[in-house]
Amino acid sequence: MPAVSKGDGMRGLAVFISDIRNCKSKEAEVKRINKELANIRSKFKGDKALDGYSKKKYVCKLLFIFLLGHDIDFGHMEAVNLLSSNKYTEKQIGYLFISVLVNSNSDLIRLINNAIRNDLASRNPTFMNLALHCIANVGSREMAEAFVSDIPRILVAGETMDSVKQSAALCLLRLNRTSPDLVPMGEWTARVVHLLNDQHLGVVTAATSLITTLAQKSPEDFKTSVVLAVARLSRIVTSAAIDLQDYTYYFVAAPWLSVKLLRLLQCYPPPEDAALRSRLTECLETILNKVQEPPKSKKVQHSNAKNAVLFEAIALIIHHDSEPNLLVRACNQLGQFLQHRETNLRYLALESMCLLASSEFSHEAVKTHIETVINALKTERDVSVRQRAVDLLYAMCDRSNSKQIVAEMLSYLETADYSIREEIVLKVAILAEKYAVDYTWYVDTILNLIRIAGDYVSEEVWYRVIQIVINRDDVQGYAAKTVFEALQAPACHENLVKVGGYILGEFGNLIAGDPRSSPLVQFNLLHSKFHLCSVPTRALLLSAYIKFINLFPEVKGTIQDVLRSDSQLRNADVELQQRAVEYLRLSCIASTDILATVLEEMPPFPERESSILAKLKKKKGSSKLPDLDDVRRSVNGSTDHAENTEATETVSAHSFTDKLNLNSTPSSGPSLLVDVFSDVSSPAATDMSEEHFPRFVCKNNGVIYENQLLQIGLKSEYRQNLGRMYVFYGNKTSTQFLSFSSAVTSSDILKTQLTVHAKTVDPMIEGGAQVQQILNIECLSDFSDAPVLSIQFRYGGTLQNIAVKLPVMLNKFFQPTEMTSQDFFQRWKQLGAPRQEVQKIFKAQHQMDSDVAKAKLLGFGVALLDGVDPNPANFVGAGIVHSKTTQVGCLLRLEPNTQAQMYRLTLRTSKDSVSQRLCELLSDQF
Amino acid sequence: MMRFLLLFSRQGKLRLQKWFTAMTDREKKKIIREMTTIVLARQPRSCNFLQWKDLKIIYKRYASLYFCLGVENQENELLALEVIHRYVELLDKYFGNVCELDIIFNFEKAYFILDEFLMGGEIQETSKQIVNRAIESSDMLQEDDHSEWYEVELFGP
Repeated sequence: MPAVSKGDGMRGLAVFISDIRNCKSKEAEVKRINKELANIRSKFKGDKALDGYSKKKYVCKLLFIFLLGHDIDFGHMEAVNLLSSNKYTEKQIGYLFISVLVNSNSDLIRLINNAIRNDLASRNPTFMNLALHCIANVGSREMAEAFVSDIPRILVAGETMDSVKQSAALCLLRLNRTSPDLVPMGEWTARVVHLLNDQHLGVVTAATSLITTLAQKSPEDFKTSVVLAVARLSRIVTSAAIDLQDYTYYFVAAPWLSVKLLRLLQCYPPPEDAALRSRLTECLETILNKVQEPPKSKKVQHSNAKNAVLFEAIALIIHHDSEPNLLVRACNQLGQFLQHRETNLRYLALESMCLLASSEFSHEAVKTHIETVINALKTERDVSVRQRAVDLLYAMCDRSNSKQIVAEMLSYLETADYSIREEIVLKVAILAEKYAVDYTWYVDTILNLIRIAGDYVSEEVWYRVIQIVINRDDVQGYAAKTVFEALQAPACHENLVKVGGYILGEFGNLIAGDPRSSPLVQFNLLHSKFHLCSVPTRALLLSAYIKFINLFPEVKGTIQDVLRSDSQLRNADVELQQRAVEYLRLSCIASTDILATVLEEMPPFPERESSILAKLKKKKGSSKLPDLDDVRRSVNGSTDHAENTEATETVSAHSFTDKLNLNSTPSSGPSLLVDVFSDVSSPAATDMSEEHFPRFVCKNNGVIYENQLLQIGLKSEYRQNLGRMYVFYGNKTSTQFLSFSSAVTSSDILKTQLTVHAKTVDPMIEGGAQVQQILNIECLSDFSDAPVLSIQFRYGGTLQNIAVKLPVMLNKFFQPTEMTSQDFFQRWKQLGAPRQEVQKIFKAQHQMDSDVAKAKLLGFGVALLDGVDPNPANFVGAGIVHSKTTQVGCLLRLEPNTQAQMYRLTLRTSKDSVSQRLCELLSDQF
Repeated sequence: MMRFLLLFSRQGKLRLQKWFTAMTDREKKKIIREMTTIVLARQPRSCNFLQWKDLKIIYKRYASLYFCLGVENQENELLALEVIHRYVELLDKYFGNVCELDIIFNFEKAYFILDEFLMGGEIQETSKQIVNRAIESSDMLQEDDHSEWYEVELFGP
């Protein structure tokens, strides 16, 4: 018998383990175990009372059997008995069994709790530790209820031994995690914070863990820990290694405690107190410096411990995100690690850089490593490292490098591990959409995705490409042409057939002029794929066919023949059969007009958060996705999401998948068109429209909203701080709108800044008629939000809800001001305080035409001043923003740089919020 | 915090399992199965970390045994690696050049040592000396017990 144990040696147990190990087969093992279980059971049930040792031995055997993976349904009672033994080893085995095997079996828990209570009261530190361990191991609610008030007392009591303090701190931490509501905050919290000053570093380490968890939940209560933590950290990083005796780990001073302290500090913003702040900065610099020093040992443990502290320090630097200097140093350090020979360090450097990429101070510095990261993607042998490289590329992507990154990801996708393909597909799809300046690139990218990794392209991805194509008329023709070409491939992925079917069904007419893609050619191409596809795709193709009948009357006969064939009309699948029957009937009986109405092009999809993004979030958990907030860019390129949170919330309840309505049978009644987006039984979801909002910054009149039913036009005029807006509601249908109402709502803040009084409007609008509503507006003080016009009416039995962001912006209350060059410069200098000036440099979104820019500036409301700027290509303007309480003078300068296709816009006003808002409004216009 | 620590052999035999949060037996078995499969399938010279669901998995092989630690996402991977190493050192000190058999035959000791070192998913005591002293003193208590039961064992079943 090998390896006879040290110390005790329960011989019977060792023999049993040996037997098990000698079993030649699983069956033999089970047989031996069953024999042993029977033996133990009979011992436990026997008349003879067992002595403590036997009990211990049998309980230990049961534990062994359990750990082998077998179920144990007895012996708990004997284990509980061992708890009250006064022999340490028996007690210890009892507690071990309970910790491993007991879940909240209520009868037992009461008995266990009794034993624990006795041990906690025993004042014997070894017993107390066993009891505390047991509470932490089981951690059930019942135990929490029983002991949660005792443990803080033990923790802060003066006479408690250090080792018990450590156990008590961690036990309390565990209970706080499982039943936070039960852990009472009280005067002990202040004393716990002071444990950070304890002599014993083990106590400090345990206490830091506890405080960190508590501080995450109630930072206010533990605010004082910041000072103590910084002091402690500073003492550790400046100490000579020997000072800390056994807490030095391979020549690194207390690495565990350092990391815990750095973690605790991540619960708080950077210290406001300048001295404290600079002390912390010194610590962080020292940690960064130490990495550059020659290693004190060649052992990997030394470098691991040192770098562990470094990575945690970098995490804190990123968390504070306030010291550009440290951020850039951190980035450089990580850059070195990217090429380190240790795989672990390359992995961690990629991981940390992901976080750095989301800081504005270090984003650019991270971008300089792009080639190394791409190289990692190509050459790393380890899939988890490549995965990190993908994450980092995703995080560092912005407008300047999106094409390169997307191309690299696509080419990596061809050889990527199956386990991460779907995620890469999602990432490529998101980046392609987010940074698409030119939507033809977007369409190409997604079709490439389907070509390369069709199996990993989830529904969300191809739904999204359709959504975007439908909403952007500039790309529809291109999309039709491209899918048509892609479908020519002899073998193409089913997802491509789906996208192709949908897009040709909607926009096939845009390429039908070319004889190479005539209607019949298009139809034959699609139909050649039909038999290879699954039922849902076939159903989609049938819908595409009926759309073809509407688009191209000349192929009606051919398609009807297809629909009429037995393989359709008598298809075993109910869905396919029903579609074939309904579409065939529809095509036979409906007049061209009705057909045209029923099968009209799909209306634009309301803007909403990309469903792909939601999927990626779900897949990865938000912590893995830096940069989330600004990924929320929607289809039509609107960027004003800060003001749109309400709208996104309301729409997220309805998933895109329901609304594309692909898999359900389309009803062929007249309501088809109207109701594609709404559930008939409930009112339509309110999607706030702000698509046209930006267009109204520099003009006062136009159409602000339009769908199939309703058009809303605006005319507005402003004088000083007052304005009047005429809203025209046009009923585009031939049916009445009933219960029509419209109201203006503002956020609470906006209500104090702007009043909008809406006159009532007629509750009925006849088909084809237009009604008018007058809004009186008064600007009380400067504002940046916008009021919302909410409209509700009933059409054909369905309640319609529409919300439109009203284009009432701060610049509407501008009065242009003419002034001389001398006056201008004098005032420009007066407004030189740092926050009064706001400057933005941005890329031109439209062609840079001087006349257009001039018109926009005049529309914005300022007077343009000639001859002020020495460079005639620049624009200089002045005006006064009027509100009821104040008048704010405003000077602006716009410098176009046609070579770089950039603008620089500078605004100076006497009020920083005004400068800010005007700059936001105006910079979006060019 | 740490969620679990598993020790298994190259053949995938589980030698020790420690769970720091409450979990059903089914969940435990599922995790054990997945961890052994994933970790044993890793190529040599890969990095010691991987992402698994919302957890970071840190593993390292010592002789024939794999040590596999599952930690929450904000934890420090390198230090988790050193948690494993420190545990190995403690086992080594106690058993004197520890091998897999020591842990099989003295599994309860392996648990006791772990309990002195970690608690509630956090590190309790990082000083090797202090942990060793605690283990030794509990062995002393055991030696005291010895005389009382040794006879019984000799003549027992």
